[in-house]
Amino acid sequence: MNWNDWIPLLVLMSSLLPGLLIFSLAEENVQTRVMLNLFGALAKLALVGLMLWGVYHGHHYETRLPLLPNLDLVLRVGPLSLLFITLSTILWLVTTVYAIGYLEDSPHRSRFFGFFSLCVTATVGVALAGNLISFLLFYELLTLATYPLIIHRGTEEARQAGKIYLRYTISGGALLLIGTVWLYSLTGSLEFTPKGFLFNIGEQHYPALIGIFALLITGLGVKAALVPLHGWLPLAMIAPAPVSALLHAVAVVKAGAFGIIRVVYDVFGVEFSAGLGVLKPLAWLAAFTIIYGSLRALFQNDLKRRLAYSTISQVSYIALGVAIAGPIATIGGVVHLVHQGLMKITLFFCAGNLAETLGIHKISEMNGVGRRMPWTMAAFTIGAFGMIGAPPIAGFISKWYLGLGALNNDQNWVIFVLAGSSLLNAAYFLPILHRAWFMPLPESWPDEHHFGNKETAWALLLPPLVTAAMALAAGLLVTLPFSPLEWAKLISVREFYQP
Amino acid sequence: MEMQNAFMAFPWAVVLILLPLAGALSCFLFPRICRTLGLITSFATVIAVVGLGWQLLEHGSYRHAIGGWGAPLGIELYADGLSLLMLATTGLVGFAISVYSTTYFKAAVAIKFWPIWMCLLAALNALFLSADIFNLYVTLELLGLSAVALTALTGSKEALNGAMRYLLATLLASLTYLLGVALLYHSFGSVDITLLAKQIQATSAVWAALGLIAVSLMLKTALFPLHFWLPPAHGSAPAPVSALLSALVIKASFYIFLRLWFTLFDPLIDNEAINTLLGLLGCAAILWGSIQALRQTRLKLLIAYSTVAQVGYLFLVFPLSASMGSVAWNGVAYLIISHALAKSAMFLSAGNLLFFGGHDRIADLDRVVQRLPLTAAAFALAGVSIMGIPPSGGFIGKWLLLEAAMSQSRWDLIVVMIIGGVLAAAYIFKVIGYTFSPAEVAHEAQPVSATMQWSALLLAIAAILLGFLYVPILTLLGISDIIIASGARL
Amino acid sequence: MNPANFYALIGIGLFSVGLLGLIINSHLLKKILAFNIMGSGVFLVLVALARRAENIPADPVPDAMVITGIVVAVSATALALTLMLRVVSETGHATLPDEVEK
Repeated sequence: MNWNDWIPLLVLMSSLLPGLLIFSLAEENVQTRVMLNLFGALAKLALVGLMLWGVYHGHHYETRLPLLPNLDLVLRVGPLSLLFITLSTILWLVTTVYAIGYLEDSPHRSRFFGFFSLCVTATVGVALAGNLISFLLFYELLTLATYPLIIHRGTEEARQAGKIYLRYTISGGALLLIGTVWLYSLTGSLEFTPKGFLFNIGEQHYPALIGIFALLITGLGVKAALVPLHGWLPLAMIAPAPVSALLHAVAVVKAGAFGIIRVVYDVFGVEFSAGLGVLKPLAWLAAFTIIYGSLRALFQNDLKRRLAYSTISQVSYIALGVAIAGPIATIGGVVHLVHQGLMKITLFFCAGNLAETLGIHKISEMNGVGRRMPWTMAAFTIGAFGMIGAPPIAGFISKWYLGLGALNNDQNWVIFVLAGSSLLNAAYFLPILHRAWFMPLPESWPDEHHFGNKETAWALLLPPLVTAAMALAAGLLVTLPFSPLEWAKLISVREFYQP
Repeated sequence: MEMQNAFMAFPWAVVLILLPLAGALSCFLFPRICRTLGLITSFATVIAVVGLGWQLLEHGSYRHAIGGWGAPLGIELYADGLSLLMLATTGLVGFAISVYSTTYFKAAVAIKFWPIWMCLLAALNALFLSADIFNLYVTLELLGLSAVALTALTGSKEALNGAMRYLLATLLASLTYLLGVALLYHSFGSVDITLLAKQIQATSAVWAALGLIAVSLMLKTALFPLHFWLPPAHGSAPAPVSALLSALVIKASFYIFLRLWFTLFDPLIDNEAINTLLGLLGCAAILWGSIQALRQTRLKLLIAYSTVAQVGYLFLVFPLSASMGSVAWNGVAYLIISHALAKSAMFLSAGNLLFFGGHDRIADLDRVVQRLPLTAAAFALAGVSIMGIPPSGGFIGKWLLLEAAMSQSRWDLIVVMIIGGVLAAAYIFKVIGYTFSPAEVAHEAQPVSATMQWSALLLAIAAILLGFLYVPILTLLGISDIIIASGARL
Repeated sequence: MNPANFYALIGIGLFSVGLLGLIINSHLLKKILAFNIMGSGVFLVLVALARRAENIPADPVPDAMVITGIVVAVSATALALTLMLRVVSETGHATLPDEVEK
């Protein structure tokens, strides 16, 4: 039996099976649940490591199962999928640890971790999908798996947030479905091929292709929070912090952005898309989202809301990188997938720490918190500076490449957008840092919990430190062979230069 | 080898009809053990379907003349891929519902339930195996009467009213159908489907027959606007009965519509006007049913209106089968099976919830996801198939219909199907959302037996798994000796 | 016109009258009677159309169909009447509620 054909499926199973098992555990079975969670995460990490090594040595990993007449369910490993899946796996492990600490003594943990594992399964499926129909399948599965996490607390507010989330994502999914069926009936194929598979299409179909592009991007744009499809994201912050951290800063939002990358590179092909004229509107939309998100972030007092709008803004960097249609901009956009994930998850972890340990939800309550929780705020500072684009943190690298790519392609206006965004980022992050480090401590914190001598529980403290360190490393150690940047360069070369 | 030959030559088709009839009789005669007898009969039916399936795979489609008297005077049984799939669905869903009913009904009601359910099963099997239009009339009547009796089982006011309305509608439909049969017989001297198909021409009598038969079957399948009897009947019957009605009984009349449309009335059906009309009614059903479902406050009525909407999808096969015939055909076959599985799972879950809390008000579902997780999961998974979201059988069916529509540039149908899916998501997630929240006033809870929860859940899981089984299903569907005008094999 | 067609037309007439009665009347017993008249109409059509031409014997098969039909109609009427009696005893009215219950 050819093991290589089953590894992708095994990667899926490594979170699906523990998830299903966790559903059946009683609330009190903490040990078993923690074991299953960690086992799943580590197994997945091991398998991903195996795939990394294998691809480096020229192996191919692909699972094919018949799904529809002439369309298979395909799980295939390539550089882009490896990038996304490695990010997801490492961050899942870290978030699991965080969630175990965060939800200690909360009700319904079995249900939570069960759906949590299903989400990761869906995200991994999105990463590994080898054609548009498989992508669609896991994309919709992601919607279904994240909904119970959003309404986890069971309050009326959570239910409303969930309702709005569904309105956006189900409609987005419907548009994606129409686009996919249309594309299939036009071309008879949905396989992801580098440089796309549409260059043979006759000119009379170009209007149809533009329509398909619009439908696909809109469907994906809902999850990627492109304006005006972003309305669900700030409301979804009602979910517990680990959910916000992984899913809305990394998995759901990234799945949408990842989809946009796939559609432009592996379905339409960048050169073809540029020829069709669809990339300019995408670039404008992305640029508008970048500025709009940052502007809205300025006016939020709730910390998680401010971070949510920051996400809306930052994820569009990826779309922008894709839309500028040059190899260097591609590198910037793709690598930002990783960098933004690392930085944003750090910020959300810290926000969760502040809420759990001190009951802080609003920025106005954060005076002097740097002295009470120095390590947490140190991680936060690293994340914030990365967002602003200050070297040597990872965010700087992505912005640099984006800017360079824009200049290369004579799209100088993008520089202004990037600069403006950096300024706005500074405008909404620096005051937070100033408050935390330099303002005097308040009389008392809203809702303080003590953890002995430590500033907070280990499970809550370690994850942000780890991710902050990774964000720093991704920036400092860019020249190492396995750094995200080198990888992004590999992906770009594949798309633009290989025949 | 001997055993295998015997197995092959065994008249499984006849067994499929006689066994449930025998079961009905024995349940009636031995009321004390009616549950066991019913369960055994139901299981034996599944075995018989497997046997028939094996036969079909080996020898292709199957004809059996009862008593050695062939058509046109005798009654023939005919089984091909489509009938096999319908029989299999009936067998499996019927078995799951039988298991559920062993615990659901208390003894006094059970004595009445089992014999009538067995009659219903016999009627369904006979219907799917019939090869002539008069036999179809007889089986339709048996089906209708059993279904009405089951609907009225609880004896409540709503159930009786619903059953009465259902009875009048179904009898009206049957008589209309019979009139159509009369006209066809008069024109061609035969009631056998294959013989008629060879001789059929587009005379005015035949057009009249087509109209009468079509209207009667639309009434029986509850296609908009002839759906008025369905919500009261399905909404007030006991849960397993609602499951049977929505999942199986409705599909039987639709099956007849499919058969007659594509074999008997083949020369007439290229008519633009009729196809447009059916398409229009289908779209109206999808939209109307979904919107009404969204407005319901009671769960069983929501599910009943959902059935009205799903029937609309089924009727879209007629406008779509013009060119690219077999894609739409495959899609509708897939939708029939997945809807049967998913809808029965939904009704059984509703039954569990009713049993648990004593009511089925959606807004008061009170954290059911925590207290009845298997039931909540069953409802959610079944809902995924109804919404047509991957991975599920409903998605495969929807995709195939969309593909057929796209190839003919029927954007009107595409838009309606997509809107239908979004509306379905709206009413299903409405229910799921409430299962996570606490109710305003806590209710006394009755424990629900594991049998009841698991039978619902397994049906729902089957609906999801169907999304990965297109290869076996389409292979079975291909066993047929009917080829329609567009060249597609049915 | 030949007698067969004449009786067939009467049959269709009965069917229509029954149909009208079914739709218009609200009393359940009248509805049941109406559908019985419809049934008789259909049976008449079947039997009438059995005579295809003057000089050949009538076709016996429709008679068999009508007998089956009568048996079915009798059972259906029995069920309908019982159900009607139950409806009356439960609700006190021999009519169906006009609104579909929400």
